Amino acid sequence: MNAVSRFLDSDFVYQFWRNPVAVISAAIVLVVVVGAVFAPILAPHNPFDLVSLDLMDSLKPPAFTAEGDPHFLLGTDDQGRDVLSGIMYGTRISLLVAVLAIGFSLVVGIGVGLLAGYAGGAVDAFLMRVVDVQLTFPSILIALLVDGVVRAALPRSMQEQLEIYVIVFAIGISRWPQFARTIRGSTMVERQRDYVMAAKVIGLSSGRIMLTHILPNVMGPVLVIATLNLGLAILDEATLSFLGVGLPPTQPSLGTLIRIGNNFLFSGEWWITIFPGVTLAAMVLSINLLGDWLRDALNPRLR
Amino acid sequence: MALLEVDRLVVEFPGRRGTLRALDEISFSIEPGEVLGVVGESGAGKSLTGAAIIGLLEPPGRVASGQIRLEGTRIDRFTDAQMRPIRGRRIGAIFQDPLTTLDPLVSVGKQLVETMQTHLKLSDRDARARAVGWLEQVGIPAAAERVGAYPHQFSGGMRQRVVIALALCAEPKLVIADEPTTALDVSIQAQIIALLRRLTTDHGTSVMLVTHDMGVIAETADRVAVMYAGRIAEIGPVRDVVLHPSHPYTEGLMGSIPQLEHRVERLRQIDGAMPRLTAIPPGCAFNPRCGRVLERCRVDRPDLLARGTTLAACWNMVPMDDVT
Amino acid sequence: MSSVLEAIEVSRRFDVSRPALQRLLSGERRRILTAVDAVSFDIPRATTLSLVGESGCGKSTIARLAVGLYAPSEGEIRFEGYPLSSARAQPGLRRKMNMIFQDPYASLNPRWRVRDIVAEPIRAFRILSGQKAIADRVGGLLSQVGLSPADGEKFPHEFSGGQRQRISIARALSSEPEFLVCDEPTSALDVSVQAQILNLMRDLQQRLGLTYLFISHNLAVVRHMSDRLGVMYLGRIVEQGRGEDIFRNPQHPYTRLLLDAIPDVAMVGRTRAPVSGEVPSPIAPPSGCTFHPRCPLANERCRVEKPSHTRSADVMVACHAVQEGRA
Repeated sequence: MNAVSRFLDSDFVYQFWRNPVAVISAAIVLVVVVGAVFAPILAPHNPFDLVSLDLMDSLKPPAFTAEGDPHFLLGTDDQGRDVLSGIMYGTRISLLVAVLAIGFSLVVGIGVGLLAGYAGGAVDAFLMRVVDVQLTFPSILIALLVDGVVRAALPRSMQEQLEIYVIVFAIGISRWPQFARTIRGSTMVERQRDYVMAAKVIGLSSGRIMLTHILPNVMGPVLVIATLNLGLAILDEATLSFLGVGLPPTQPSLGTLIRIGNNFLFSGEWWITIFPGVTLAAMVLSINLLGDWLRDALNPRLR
Repeated sequence: MALLEVDRLVVEFPGRRGTLRALDEISFSIEPGEVLGVVGESGAGKSLTGAAIIGLLEPPGRVASGQIRLEGTRIDRFTDAQMRPIRGRRIGAIFQDPLTTLDPLVSVGKQLVETMQTHLKLSDRDARARAVGWLEQVGIPAAAERVGAYPHQFSGGMRQRVVIALALCAEPKLVIADEPTTALDVSIQAQIIALLRRLTTDHGTSVMLVTHDMGVIAETADRVAVMYAGRIAEIGPVRDVVLHPSHPYTEGLMGSIPQLEHRVERLRQIDGAMPRLTAIPPGCAFNPRCGRVLERCRVDRPDLLARGTTLAACWNMVPMDDVT
Repeated sequence: MSSVLEAIEVSRRFDVSRPALQRLLSGERRRILTAVDAVSFDIPRATTLSLVGESGCGKSTIARLAVGLYAPSEGEIRFEGYPLSSARAQPGLRRKMNMIFQDPYASLNPRWRVRDIVAEPIRAFRILSGQKAIADRVGGLLSQVGLSPADGEKFPHEFSGGQRQRISIARALSSEPEFLVCDEPTSALDVSVQAQILNLMRDLQQRLGLTYLFISHNLAVVRHMSDRLGVMYLGRIVEQGRGEDIFRNPQHPYTRLLLDAIPDVAMVGRTRAPVSGEVPSPIAPPSGCTFHPRCPLANERCRVEKPSHTRSADVMVACHAVQEGRA
């Protein structure tokens, strides 16, 4: 049996198919991710192509309403851009920011956690106090603060093009302490184990023991937390963009779309903000439910 | 009449890849006041037998067929609600790790009082007096003062003594002791074993002593059942089983234990390992590892056959004079 | 006969106090645990020294001291005549020592394939180069411990406890050691599997001329394995000598207690008076001879004065009663 068929036959996959919440969540995540990643191919219109925009198409309600236009399934905004296409491109940016931010968080968190857990003593005490202090602030506050400071430090000309990296950095730096804590806890357990002792007896260096022995054994729980945090990072980005400190309208994320659409809510053009909002909620909820399921499925004690 | 009769008991674990038969038609009985030792290697099903009797099989495990009779009453089909008055009152339990039995947030005296009042009609005062009495009986020094102490204030050996008091205080007819000394140091083990033996003799309690330690069995049990791959390989008076084993597995097991009295150059070893429950060979489960295997053993499953006072599930028993 | 490992008055203390801040707040003093207290022994080449005792007696600490996982707080350990720390600084000497652990479920990295686990010392010491040569050697080692070379492709969880212990032995042998520290190598195993592993270890010793430091709480196992024996109690070796001598004529009251306490198959049908008392905490050990609260022979001197080692016949005993002829 090869690895793929063995995986498909595993208890893990079996449990997945038996859990309707997990299957539905996974389906939603799959649809949203495919729509976002392949937006340039799949989207019915290109909202960034100024040539194709026509102000005559502006503020059209969704196709399923009485005055709807079959060309624009979810209606258009005040510039005549297709809302569905906007969502697909916006999700693409939201996901990109969230994945990069969590990736950055993971690298920092794993590094700090491994070091603190393996070294112990004063190193551990110092690093964990830093973590404690940061955890007393809400992560969105940290992200806002970092975003503000970095933005002020950058020359105005570079701001627009670096904005996406600034926001990745801001969200990433606000979320690493959780990863560090989890990794540190598991590292402290693993470093006492006899297979680590066996590596020490033959005189391997601490760095090599951490990377080749401990890291593969502490990654499991942290990947589950990363999944849950991915949903939160999407929300962070949406919040920042909604508050207007995130991505500019030239690179609209879901949060930007919701903020812009919000202005039209009370004049009756509800579709401009509601559809991005529903997409955001469905995606974050599904990612969280999937993360919860993953945590339970990988935890042998709960079986 | 026997206190406990287990008759062709089958315990199964239904799973997605088919049903695992963890206990396969095991039969034995325990007489009033008797200590039955149950030995075997990990996975042989000895703890499972205890769990099945006390109605605490972990789901999805279930009794698939056979009977368990306590003083003539079938208890294998009892619901949890029906089992609850039996647990503690008629069957007590002692487990390996005292911390899983004791409630860390309740004083040991209160735990004893609660257990006794659940099952026996006792006034608060009588119950408290008895609690102190039990702590004295299990050898807790200054029992009257320590009755209010919490489990963490006792050492491992003392905790196991409290667990024994807890198992015996509702005066059950039968105690199931699952590896009661495995977690303890050798010098403490002997104390606990002696205590268990003395108390059960005093109170006329029967004991099913589950352990992997043949030495503990040899010194404590009246009869012993040797389990292998979910079946009973041999059962009989402890002296006969230990000194004149009938089943080749028992013989191998005894020979593989290093002895204090004399030193041998090489221990007798049984090659291979006990089969997993998913791959039990046809015929006698021990046949691939057996030195006395016959053609018949590979096809035909032996039932327990009598030889003197012993019963052994073997077509080709160890001759009486061939004793190691 | 040259000795492979020699310990001279080795002590090891651990600071088990609570963190400084908590200690300051509760006005608590530092708490020092003396795990090993002035222990001396030497292990001649191709022999086995066993250390036996109950939990907390310091035997596992000695196992770790012997391979340099801990440094002694006092005293010296010499390996092949060199101080252990300088021996461990030279890869050529470091590879001559290795260790087998108690728990076969924790001693193998669950994420590694068996072939990589066994090959790790070979790669670390650059004993062989080239994938082919290493693979051949790993296959040979697996055969040597009674497994199949094809088992190298599997992960540890696919094996039973006894098979994992064989893998552990194969890994220990792969650095071509002369000296192996075996920390309770069979206490997690079933008896029939224990017999297989003990037989394997003795075969390997004879074939490869290995020297063992064998740690166990099981006196019967120790009797089977050892040439020389040390009985430990609360960090001290209370009796040390040839296994045969100690088992035939145990002198220290604690050794006698242990021998009496062990449930033994040969004791079928016999009853005996069990010993009373428990092992005290090593953080606050009793004064004088630490065994005195449980000792039937204790007198005033035992409560005050720590006994030194005296040699009687070929056995070293630390006991006033034995010394004074009261035993």
